[in-house]
Amino acid sequence: MTPGLRFLVLAVASLALAGGAIAMPSLEIGLRQPTNWSAISTFFFFVGLTLWMTRLASARSRASANLYTPGGGISGFQNGLAIAGDYMSAASFLGISGLVFASGFDGLVFSVGWIVGWPVVTFLMAERLRNLGKFTFADVAAYRFAQKPVRSLAALGSLVVVLFYLIAQMVGAGQLVRVLFGLEYTYAVVLVGALMTLYVLFGGMISTTWVLINKAVLLLVGTTLLALLVLYRADFNPDALFSRATDLHRLKDALMAPGGLIKDPVSALSVGMALMFGTAGLPHILMRFFTVADAREARKSVAWATMWIGYFYLLTFIIGFGAIVALIGHPGSHFVGGRIASGLQGGANMAAIHLAGVLGGDLFLGFIAAVAFTTILAVVAGLTLSGASAVSHDLYATVLRKGAATSEQERRVSKLSTFALGVVAVLLGIVFGRQNVAYIVMLAFSVACSVNFPVLAMAVLWKDCTTRGVTVGGFLGLFAAVALTVLSPVVWESVLRHPHGSAPFPYASPAIVSMPLAFLAIWLVSRFDRSPQAARERALFPDQLIRSETGIGASAARSH
Amino acid sequence: MQKHAVSCALVRENPRFQSLLRRRNRYAFSLAGLIMLAYFAFILTIAFRPDWLAHPLARGMTANVGILFGLGVIALTVLVTVLYVRRANREFDPEALEIRRQALK
Repeated sequence: MTPGLRFLVLAVASLALAGGAIAMPSLEIGLRQPTNWSAISTFFFFVGLTLWMTRLASARSRASANLYTPGGGISGFQNGLAIAGDYMSAASFLGISGLVFASGFDGLVFSVGWIVGWPVVTFLMAERLRNLGKFTFADVAAYRFAQKPVRSLAALGSLVVVLFYLIAQMVGAGQLVRVLFGLEYTYAVVLVGALMTLYVLFGGMISTTWVLINKAVLLLVGTTLLALLVLYRADFNPDALFSRATDLHRLKDALMAPGGLIKDPVSALSVGMALMFGTAGLPHILMRFFTVADAREARKSVAWATMWIGYFYLLTFIIGFGAIVALIGHPGSHFVGGRIASGLQGGANMAAIHLAGVLGGDLFLGFIAAVAFTTILAVVAGLTLSGASAVSHDLYATVLRKGAATSEQERRVSKLSTFALGVVAVLLGIVFGRQNVAYIVMLAFSVACSVNFPVLAMAVLWKDCTTRGVTVGGFLGLFAAVALTVLSPVVWESVLRHPHGSAPFPYASPAIVSMPLAFLAIWLVSRFDRSPQAARERALFPDQLIRSETGIGASAARSH
Repeated sequence: MQKHAVSCALVRENPRFQSLLRRRNRYAFSLAGLIMLAYFAFILTIAFRPDWLAHPLARGMTANVGILFGLGVIALTVLVTVLYVRRANREFDPEALEIRRQALK
């Protein structure tokens, strides 16, 4: 398909969403509230503008387009923005501000946890990954091991992580469209899912990096404006903001202390581990290190990304408190039935969106909604890309076809998996509709820190590690993380509707069990692996070490 | 392949490679340790002594120790990352390049 045609398809898809959204209320299917035309037109204006800017930017670098994207390494600064754009998802913006709105201090726990993972990535992963890998982190994990089991494991781990992450984006986008257009939530999620899948299939694959850069800038500008408005209302005195918020909030002084969401010590520790070590196992983030020229640029990009992300989390914290003051202080139509006790329209995830409407009017509401929507669109593109390449590059081309697949076949599998991922994400998005999006992403982090992180860390850092060890440990970690997540209160009680207090695994995150389990199993099984294959793999370690530390033999830049 | 094996052997025997590896790992792991210490101190306080975090920073203030602690860990994270990247790019990288050049000669 030519780029022009691709854009046309994209434009038609967006119009279809608009048409569907407008037509549906008139058919009286799921009409929830009067249509806010000025917000909706601003929303479309900014979403359209972003898509157009992305197209311009990516057209410049399309010359050497290969399977997934345009060619040539991008600079560390650009990649830093792209990484930040990939990381600052709906969970960060809508989720953390929503968490702060609902339980104050606990939102900060998530912010802190989500940033402290970055030094681990920088110090232990970034340059080794860049030097050892080509395309996905599975290249690195399987560098000196048997390809088949390790790649299958890495691909499955990536898929589960990507899926949890996608659920959060779908919930965020679904609630957003519901609040903005007044649609029933289920219709909203299906529409959003369809649009996003079309977008990734026809437009996103070629320019994910540029989508991410554009949206990172837009998100930073949008949240800065919103936070400035909040601070302006509080005379630039944060303490006045905090004290007004504690006066208004039903938690009163407890708003400023931990305990709203994370109730017991084990959960606190478990969530803490997941947030910190999960970052080092996120496939879509690790993939970004292959888009720069060398380890030096990879490192620079993490430094930039960390700065942007730190700044951004500061803003979401302010925005959350601003939402308490502005929304609870002036209860209106943004609460269901106008009553605070009934909760926000679209749930606490929508706190930042309603805040924009209260502080800056309908036009600003449309703008911030567009920022959130393009954020989700970009993150979905990045996530789907890494999920689809786990299937097409790792499972299909390497494991199933043993390298014999043509790039045409690989492309087709990649498109099919994009479609399948979209369908599953929509279904799960409907099921998880009422959960906080930051919390859902934390579950993705729990899986990442129990599968991808231990496998990568041990494969790269420990010389005695073997295929058998990595495979057994990785699958155990994956199984434990998923099983315990299903048995934990949020899924067992809130999603699957078992009675309160009946969850067999009482803690908020499985990480405290599944991550040590994975490490221990990798260590034990490798330790007692006396096979000739294990001896060969151990003998390859010095070679791997030299390449990972000096970059001798490293591949050229990829652009995702 | 043959040539690659030779250059790898050259790197391995190069004492500067061993020294670079040692210094870089020491720096990386001690900074990572520092962050983990700060972060898990934060998490463990939340887990076992949340009341410590609820102390106001000053009389009449709503901002408390917990907020300062949390924002402090965020600031420390950014600081430590920037420190590492500067030293790695200024000191470690040119050295690795030099070792590489010697091996590939």
